[in-house]
Amino acid sequence: MKAKKVFSSTIYHIFIGVLGFIMVYPVLWMISGSLKNNPEILSGSLNLIPPAWRWDNFSRGWAGFGHVTFTTFFKNSLLITVIGTLGTVLSSSCIAYALARIKFRGRKLIFTVMIGTMLLPGQVVMIPQYLIYNRIGWVGTKLPLTVPHFFGAAFFIYMMMQFMAGIPKELDEAAIIDGCSKYTVFSRVIFPLLKPALISTIIIQFYWKWDDYMGPMLYLGKPEAYTVSIAVKLFADATSTTDYGAMFAMSTLSMIPVFLIFLFFNRYLVDGISTSGLKG
Amino acid sequence: MLRSKTTGNESGRTPWNRFLYNNNTVGYTFASPFIIGFLVFTIIPMLSSLYYSCTNYNMIEKETFIGIANYVNLFKDERFINSVLVTLQYVVFSVPLKLAFALFIAFLLTRPSRLVSFYRSLYYLPSLIGGSVAVALVWKELFARKGLINTNLGKLGIHTVNWFGNMSAAKWPIILMTAWQFGSSMLIFAAGLKEIPSSYYEAAKIDGANGWQIFWRITMPCLSPVIMFNLIMQLISSFMVFTQAFVITGGGPNDATMYYALYVYKQGIQTRNMGYASAMSWVMLLIMGTITAIVFKTSKHWVFNESES
Repeated sequence: MKAKKVFSSTIYHIFIGVLGFIMVYPVLWMISGSLKNNPEILSGSLNLIPPAWRWDNFSRGWAGFGHVTFTTFFKNSLLITVIGTLGTVLSSSCIAYALARIKFRGRKLIFTVMIGTMLLPGQVVMIPQYLIYNRIGWVGTKLPLTVPHFFGAAFFIYMMMQFMAGIPKELDEAAIIDGCSKYTVFSRVIFPLLKPALISTIIIQFYWKWDDYMGPMLYLGKPEAYTVSIAVKLFADATSTTDYGAMFAMSTLSMIPVFLIFLFFNRYLVDGISTSGLKG
Repeated sequence: MLRSKTTGNESGRTPWNRFLYNNNTVGYTFASPFIIGFLVFTIIPMLSSLYYSCTNYNMIEKETFIGIANYVNLFKDERFINSVLVTLQYVVFSVPLKLAFALFIAFLLTRPSRLVSFYRSLYYLPSLIGGSVAVALVWKELFARKGLINTNLGKLGIHTVNWFGNMSAAKWPIILMTAWQFGSSMLIFAAGLKEIPSSYYEAAKIDGANGWQIFWRITMPCLSPVIMFNLIMQLISSFMVFTQAFVITGGGPNDATMYYALYVYKQGIQTRNMGYASAMSWVMLLIMGTITAIVFKTSKHWVFNESES
């Protein structure tokens, strides 16, 4: 019985481990590609260890395009991502609090509309929004990429509402008896307890925003304003031969902020997702 | 700072306090970002685009009203009809594949083991970075004509495929890439699996149910609301596939991966055919709305509702 258990557990770990390795192989291949030159990358070899460690890919890549280096691209990406993520967390948590905890007239309607916007695909409003931003002179600036985040995102509002459903209402009531108002219940009770859901939001919104390609492509005109995702794509657009080593070197660097956020907050990610409210 | 020592609602001392701590005031204060944002960034753009969809507008000259001509032309536009069809095909292949994979891995990872959280991170990794241009570029090279996949297929003696030069093959790298990013669905499934009371499983075991029966009779019904949620979210995001196709195939070969969002981009942003692109957005909204409504309608038959039983 015990031998059988050990055997099945070994099979389990081998299966999960091998499958996991295949899953991350493309990423590992990219990282190893950042230390190879063109012929080594294009040889089709499965080998992940670079024959010679070509660190110069990084300096060639970092030099960027024209006179704009990756220092600028990283600064732009970081600025847009941090502002966007901050806006999403603050606004979505306030809205979720209103919809989950306060019984006000019109709450049902607003909730329905909010679910409606969650079901509304972003690309359907791409052209309409572009026209509006164009009219108010926002095209070519960072404003369309940051300002809308301060007005809540349905997906995260919904996620936080699910999480709030698990926070006992008695806590709100106790805080009110202790002298809190409905405003301070949010700032002193709900918001701190919402931490796991806030962290999930930070992780997901951060990498959505960091990886976003369409938004920056639509709204950022000048190379000085480009984000990392736009810049990485420029390697592939080059009219001469693509410098794959430099491209993969910058691709690898472009993933570091996302990895860091994930490593830092990883253990909270699962705790922040609650599905209890999905059940009827 | 204003702070009330009262219990909020009606017992405020002054009319101002009564107003400030009224449920409606508090509710609308906290909900105001959404209300404003919805009006400014959704309703106004959508309504104005409804108007533009009936015009000829290139963003330079003033628009000219042309009635429903854009809509009539859409249904004569073979490229548009093709874009809707290839998008539907993409959705039909990628969503079930992704969800099945997500559920399978989530289920495997319910096993108590110290390594589970490490595995979970490992499988989440593709979702974390999969939407990026960097990964799309890697994918493009992996599936290139003389890329890694073909070279190794050749070594194994299997016929190589010209992935991006062949109209029927070009969709597969993109579908595969979508399915590869099953991590967020997996996390939601994992959370759902965790919340199924273990007493259900114990009761089933006492009744002599085997693993397979337990999966179909207990796990699946209990998980059905979560499956529904994932299905809807993935349907919507798949319909909007853009970056991968834009970077990897650019819509080619011969429009085989010219998905809806790509075609809208071509018509609207590249050719500045804004009236036409607006009409396209509205047609897509109707298609999406219909499909979502159908899924919701049929869900009554397969989503298990605890409060009913």
